[in-house]
Amino acid sequence: MDASTSVEPHHDPHPPSHGSGAAGEHHELGWWRKYVFSTDHKVIGIQYGFTGLIFLFFGFSLMMLMRWQLAYPGQALPVIGKLLPHIFGAGTMPDGKMTPDFYNSLGAMHGTIMVFLGIVPLAFAAFGNFVVPLQIGAPDMAFPKVNMASYWAVFVGGIIMLTSFFVPGGAAKSGWTSYVPLAGIADTGPGYNPVFNGQTLWLIGFIFLITSSLLGAINFIATIIQLRAKGLTWMRLPFFVWAQFVTAFLLLLAFPPLEAGIIMQLMDRVAATSFFMPAGLVVNGAAMQISGGGSPLLWQHLFWFLAHPEVYVLILPGMGIVAEILANNSRKPLWGYKSLVFSVLTIGFLSFIVWAHHMWLTGMGSTVSAFFQTTTLIISIPSVIILSAFFISLWGGSIRFTVPMLFTTAFLPMFGIGGLTGIPLAFNSADLYLHDTYYVIAHFHYIVAPGTIFALFAGIYYWFPKATGRKMNEFWGRVHFWPTLVCMNAIFLPMFLQGMLGMHRRWYDGGQGWTLSSEHVWGLTGFQWNTPISWAAWTMGLAQIPFIINFFWSIKHGEKVNDNPWEATTLEWTAPSPPPHGNFVTTPIAYRGPYEYSLPGRDRDFTMQNEPVEPTERRRRKAVEQPVLV
Amino acid sequence: MEIPYTVSTRPDTGLWNAKVGIWLFLASEVMLFGGLFSAYIFLRLDAPPGMWPHGLLNVPVGTMNTAILILSSVTVVLAWAALKMRRYRAYWWYMLATILCGVIFLTVKLVYEWPQKFDHFGAYIKPDALGKYEPYLGNKHAAERGLPPRLEITGHLHNRAALNNPNIKEYEVALDPLNADPTNPAMDRPHFFYVPPTNKIATIEKADVERATMFLPTHSAYFASYFTITGLHGMHVLGGVLVFIYMWLPVSKKLYQRNPEHLANRVEVSGLFWHFVDLIWIFVFPLFYLL
Amino acid sequence: MNNPPDISQDPSEHEEYAHNVQKHVRGYLMVGALLLSFTAITVALSYVNFGTPKANIAVAMLVATLKAGLVAAIFMHLAAEKRLIYRILIFTGFFVLGLFWLIFLAWYDYPVFR
Repeated sequence: MDASTSVEPHHDPHPPSHGSGAAGEHHELGWWRKYVFSTDHKVIGIQYGFTGLIFLFFGFSLMMLMRWQLAYPGQALPVIGKLLPHIFGAGTMPDGKMTPDFYNSLGAMHGTIMVFLGIVPLAFAAFGNFVVPLQIGAPDMAFPKVNMASYWAVFVGGIIMLTSFFVPGGAAKSGWTSYVPLAGIADTGPGYNPVFNGQTLWLIGFIFLITSSLLGAINFIATIIQLRAKGLTWMRLPFFVWAQFVTAFLLLLAFPPLEAGIIMQLMDRVAATSFFMPAGLVVNGAAMQISGGGSPLLWQHLFWFLAHPEVYVLILPGMGIVAEILANNSRKPLWGYKSLVFSVLTIGFLSFIVWAHHMWLTGMGSTVSAFFQTTTLIISIPSVIILSAFFISLWGGSIRFTVPMLFTTAFLPMFGIGGLTGIPLAFNSADLYLHDTYYVIAHFHYIVAPGTIFALFAGIYYWFPKATGRKMNEFWGRVHFWPTLVCMNAIFLPMFLQGMLGMHRRWYDGGQGWTLSSEHVWGLTGFQWNTPISWAAWTMGLAQIPFIINFFWSIKHGEKVNDNPWEATTLEWTAPSPPPHGNFVTTPIAYRGPYEYSLPGRDRDFTMQNEPVEPTERRRRKAVEQPVLV
Repeated sequence: MEIPYTVSTRPDTGLWNAKVGIWLFLASEVMLFGGLFSAYIFLRLDAPPGMWPHGLLNVPVGTMNTAILILSSVTVVLAWAALKMRRYRAYWWYMLATILCGVIFLTVKLVYEWPQKFDHFGAYIKPDALGKYEPYLGNKHAAERGLPPRLEITGHLHNRAALNNPNIKEYEVALDPLNADPTNPAMDRPHFFYVPPTNKIATIEKADVERATMFLPTHSAYFASYFTITGLHGMHVLGGVLVFIYMWLPVSKKLYQRNPEHLANRVEVSGLFWHFVDLIWIFVFPLFYLL
Repeated sequence: MNNPPDISQDPSEHEEYAHNVQKHVRGYLMVGALLLSFTAITVALSYVNFGTPKANIAVAMLVATLKAGLVAAIFMHLAAEKRLIYRILIFTGFFVLGLFWLIFLAWYDYPVFR
């Protein structure tokens, strides 16, 4: 699979003028084909980006509503509380007070939207689409039409998910995991449409999201394998491309089993089968008229068979972005490139055999538990290698604290906290106590919220000049960064305490449960911590306003910059900003690795991948490097 | 702008793009059907004795459908070879044959097999009433022969209204051969040829019935997985047929005249998908029809 | 059995190439016939009592695997494919095994099977 530098210039037996693609160049595409139903990877990437950002904000808004109920249980939400019943229906927030069902809907949809409509479209699809072909020197993705189909599938899936808020009974309310048999009987019975109800629409919407991810994954892998520029061997790929490559494989192989599960749950709900429904279920005092014989545990296995690799789908693109920005802003080669690559491959492989650690509470036998504990602990090793390599990359660098770098440096400790707090959860004895508490919430949010989302912000600030030819404003970037960082920690740090005091993640209001967690920590009971957390969440919502304004303002009025404003080395910076259709003016050829910063004996501190290696340079590099190595 | 390696192969991988793409897609399909088959195995192993029906599907029709799919796999590979030899006429005929095979397969499934099942009735008898219906079940005979217990009476439901009308207290069923003559050793194993329900009518009281449905997905774990897997497989067949129709239409003739190798590649890729659909059916057929 | 090579651009070689593909066509027809006869064999074997139902299942699955192997190897050209494809499929095979292992795991809390 090694594409060496000696790649032959490919001689196509059929000259391009005969190809179907060439005809498109002669006439200008219409507005619809150019900006809406586009097959250009950059336009699709930007479409994905907007979709992802909008859904991220929407999912965050759902959580801000839930935080009101948690901070002030049973009290009427001022102003907005009066509006919401008009939007979501009278049954959701009568008199501004949230009903338990609506709270459950918000929780389930927050998880679903954030994971599958926020981060996956943004981290994997948007950045992958926009950056990967540019970084590997390709004119577009391997299958541009499939690419378009994948975007429109996620679009339809998102619309279906949103629609589910407005059907009788409201959106899905069985958690983002949709555990059966609860999810199998939720939203059924009188008052619910047999098809247009929250849970069924959730399943149907999910099929579209899965389709989109599968098409995207196929496209990414084929593109990376087939369309790398001449000379861009596997070990010369930027780490971001590696991360996307592994992510795509995770989506490709982990999503179909969940799709099978979704189809079966859909059959359970629509055709009254019993794939996941055990015999002898009694609902509302009446025995269910189903054949029974199914297994709820089977759903959990199928779900987590996807959902654990999904965790890495969420974090790996973030790590890739961080790697690019770290090397660029510390003006140093990324430390341990090879070990990073092998770590990310190992993570990809191992992530398929750790899934049952989400299911300690189902009472698995000790042998199976032991197996999954072991693999779970093993998978922490490559993660630690990656994080360590990132930290070491900073050592001795001349760091530029640009806005992307601020988010990147914040990513490192945040991801560290998230990762290390996961280790107790890997042991089933500790997890029996912590399972489904706010400790778990805090743990995985530290990875995806101040982890992945910070990486995404960093990526947006970093590649914004490539997409628009203009930079985002530095000052307002800082105004965005600092409050976000403070609020993130104010939100999630106390949740570890709450969780250790036993606060359950799905509690709608305290009731008996809250009195249990009444122990005082730092002057507040676990329950009282909800108020400061909620205020921090709302403040963080406000802190996003500078970002939104900065983002839109800079598209038109940002500082104009050249093609390589960050003085980076990878191939995307050799293309014009914004890159035209077909990306590169001259087809790039890679002559060197992705992070050739601060090469000795050069007048610039960065050497781009397409700069040929001069004969004198080789000798000089050896002469300088050898004493260092000895 | 031209995407590289759509027709020619990339030197270091030796492949063109769509070939990589289709194999990746098939990999995901393997995982999809793998999930469904593992659910099937689980449900089957987990079914209590007597709860996994046998011999309810029409074997000759299933065999014929298997043969048709295999035949279509041969024709599609011949179509591709014809394109490679630049014989468009032959390609056109082989493609037509493939499309027809796919259409016949779907028609048999949707017009004959499925509706016949929807029209069939089965009633699981409550454990304490099994003795009462012994003349139809022949459990003593089954126990002597070492066969799994018989818990269900199947056949043609005469009073369809009984399904939804709580005022009707019993089902009138024209019995299937097994229930009509349960002690006949010829009934110990499923028949090869489908035998329609007999004229012998049994009256089953609703009070004695645990569950009674037509042969719908809800009937049992067996029919749930049968309809889900064959339904999904049928959707794959439909997708393949649609793609083949596109490649058979005059649009593709134009592509052939412009770049025959491009069309050959497309046919190869969609052929790979078609063979995969055939491959799935090779497992579906014995699992549901024979075992 | 190798795949037919890509068509030659040289018209003079075309005759020889077509002949070459023709040989493969004969192979495809033979495999088709083989698959049909295996189908008949599966059906016939299912009416033979191998002692236990498990034995019958094993025999039927064996024949099915053989057929699937033929389709994959000859019709899908896996007998002579590029290394990259094999790599993808090996990975997939591994994870499919994981998926089937899931059955065992889903059972595991059923006391009967411990």
